[in-house]
Amino acid sequence: MANVTFRQDRCKGCGLCVSVCPKKILQNDMTRLNSKGYHPICCTDQASCIGCAFCATQCPDSVITVEK
Amino acid sequence: MAIVFEPTKGLTDKPFHYCPGCTHGIIHRIIAEVMCEMGILEDTIGVSPVGCTYNNYEYFACDMVQAAHGRAPAVATGIKRVHPDKMVFAYQGDGDLASIGAAEILHAAARGEKISVFFVNNAVYGMTGGQMAPTTLLGQVTTTSPFGRDAAMQGYPMNVSELLSQLPGAVYIERVAVNNFKNIQTAKRAVAKSFRAQQKGLGFTMVEFLSTCPTNWGKEPVESLRWLETAMMPQYPLGIYKGKDLEV
Amino acid sequence: MAKRVLMKGNEVIAEAAVRAGCRHYFGYPITPQTEVMHYMAKRMVEVGGTFVQAESEVAAINMVYGAAAAGARALTSSSSPGISLKQEGISYIAGAELPAVVVNIVRAGPGLGGIQTSQGDYFQATKGGGHGDYRNIVVAPASIQELYEITVESFNLADKYRMLVMIFGDGTLGQMMEPVKFKDTETIIQADKSWATTGRGGRAEHNIVTSIYIDPDTLEKKNYELQDKYALVAKNETRFETINVQDAEIVFTAFGTCSRICRNVIRQAAELGIRVGMVRPITLWPFPSEEIARVASLDHVKAFLDIELNAGQMVEDVRLAVNGKKPVYFHGRMGGNMPTQKEILDQLVAIHKGEVR
Repeated sequence: MANVTFRQDRCKGCGLCVSVCPKKILQNDMTRLNSKGYHPICCTDQASCIGCAFCATQCPDSVITVEK
Repeated sequence: MAIVFEPTKGLTDKPFHYCPGCTHGIIHRIIAEVMCEMGILEDTIGVSPVGCTYNNYEYFACDMVQAAHGRAPAVATGIKRVHPDKMVFAYQGDGDLASIGAAEILHAAARGEKISVFFVNNAVYGMTGGQMAPTTLLGQVTTTSPFGRDAAMQGYPMNVSELLSQLPGAVYIERVAVNNFKNIQTAKRAVAKSFRAQQKGLGFTMVEFLSTCPTNWGKEPVESLRWLETAMMPQYPLGIYKGKDLEV
Repeated sequence: MAKRVLMKGNEVIAEAAVRAGCRHYFGYPITPQTEVMHYMAKRMVEVGGTFVQAESEVAAINMVYGAAAAGARALTSSSSPGISLKQEGISYIAGAELPAVVVNIVRAGPGLGGIQTSQGDYFQATKGGGHGDYRNIVVAPASIQELYEITVESFNLADKYRMLVMIFGDGTLGQMMEPVKFKDTETIIQADKSWATTGRGGRAEHNIVTSIYIDPDTLEKKNYELQDKYALVAKNETRFETINVQDAEIVFTAFGTCSRICRNVIRQAAELGIRVGMVRPITLWPFPSEEIARVASLDHVKAFLDIELNAGQMVEDVRLAVNGKKPVYFHGRMGGNMPTQKEILDQLVAIHKGEVR
């Protein structure tokens, strides 16, 4: 059981985390913009998260917190 | 549930101004994490360069000194000689370290100054708009090599880790990359090794990070990671160039 | 024990710095100041300080920047072309408001020039040399005793105002030997250095030393703060020596070793019945404009004669201060030459007779 949370206003929509997630459960929310004007990151399926922290490790902006 | 990964206290709260996908952010974070994990945040003084990260004194939570372009190793020397018991690091890009600062890095290494240099190599000048760097690859298009870098006109790229490893004063030099999870962990271990060598007073240490510049490479962030792997790594192989057997 | 020793100017600078609590010296060889470095190479080891022969004058000034940022008293010395190299670092030191002492033992220029004495760096020292709106305190001693006292004081001034102090020694001063009496202990001002980057050590905020302020309003405000500081320094720290102006007809303006020659000429002129005085700036910045203006207003003063080892640099500041009240004449030598008493006296006599344009 694992969980990711995001400081979404820091997200720049770079997509690095999306590309490294082994479960492919990260996606930029194309329906909205954060205060920086980017499509912020969100998790589409928390239940599938394995808490590997590949996403948080690859994120240049300290957006992601991972719990397990 | 327990926290597996959270933002580090080694960085301030200020959001980074870097471009989306620029891997300076990863490198800043791992240096900050190591300072916290080693318990040296309160005893470290960092030196900021001129370049995209000129203001990383706003991001690192330790005491910071901003230096003139290329002069960070000299500034770090001044600080370390005054506070030999404190940890001192210099953070520099490829223009800062290998172009205008070539004399300063060479001599800091030659003197065996007990500082940790974190050299971020992204094969281009970011801040000033994508000019050729000493580490720009042959054939690479930049704003000052618009037809692709040509050895006859613009010389060859510079392998700094290999060059500095010739000097006895340099005791540990490793080239790492931040393109994937495994390499980021290796990079973080290299940062820790550099600080441990400094704690033991062994001499000059440097970690060269292969890093991306999506904006000036004209590539998307994820595509930039791939270019780092396919184009930069053959020219700049990862590995330990000095101090393989260093006991720290 | 208060010692009285015969010492060379360059060595006195180094010894004075050590006595002022300086424990970090960074330098590069260049004639005619290299003895500062040689002396420090031994003396710093004796006192457990830092001595680094840097890879260049550029590196040395940046090492001073780092050491000063870290809270220490630091020194570098060089001569004219080397001081040119240091200008970027000097501007950064001014912008970051760091205390530092830089010695220029001035040689003839421009370019590689010559290795003998000059005062050709007056413009460089007092008008910038580096970029931006900043000032350094510039002091010009005229004897070895004064050199010693001023060097010690330079460190105190630097700490007090968080400024760079430049010791402007004409080449002769660095090379000549005179008796100097050292004090038993020096007065060392303990300035507040809570801003220094010493390692956070539990402080609530981290310390940052920087000179970059990207926002124009912030940078403008910072510049006004610097200007206010410089105004305070000008009010409190202007130094000069005025000799014999109470009935003088002609007044010399001269500094450094030139002023010594003028002092002798004043005596010679008196024997010819010409009453001559002198205003000798000791701080080249802040410049003693008020004193020169005051002397220019004296009815009996008919003219000024400025003597320098250059093509006419300080004379511009003299003319500004005199503000048209009296004529200001100039006599200079260059290339490493110094004026003789006779040639100065001849000029003086010509002015006195009204024979000069």
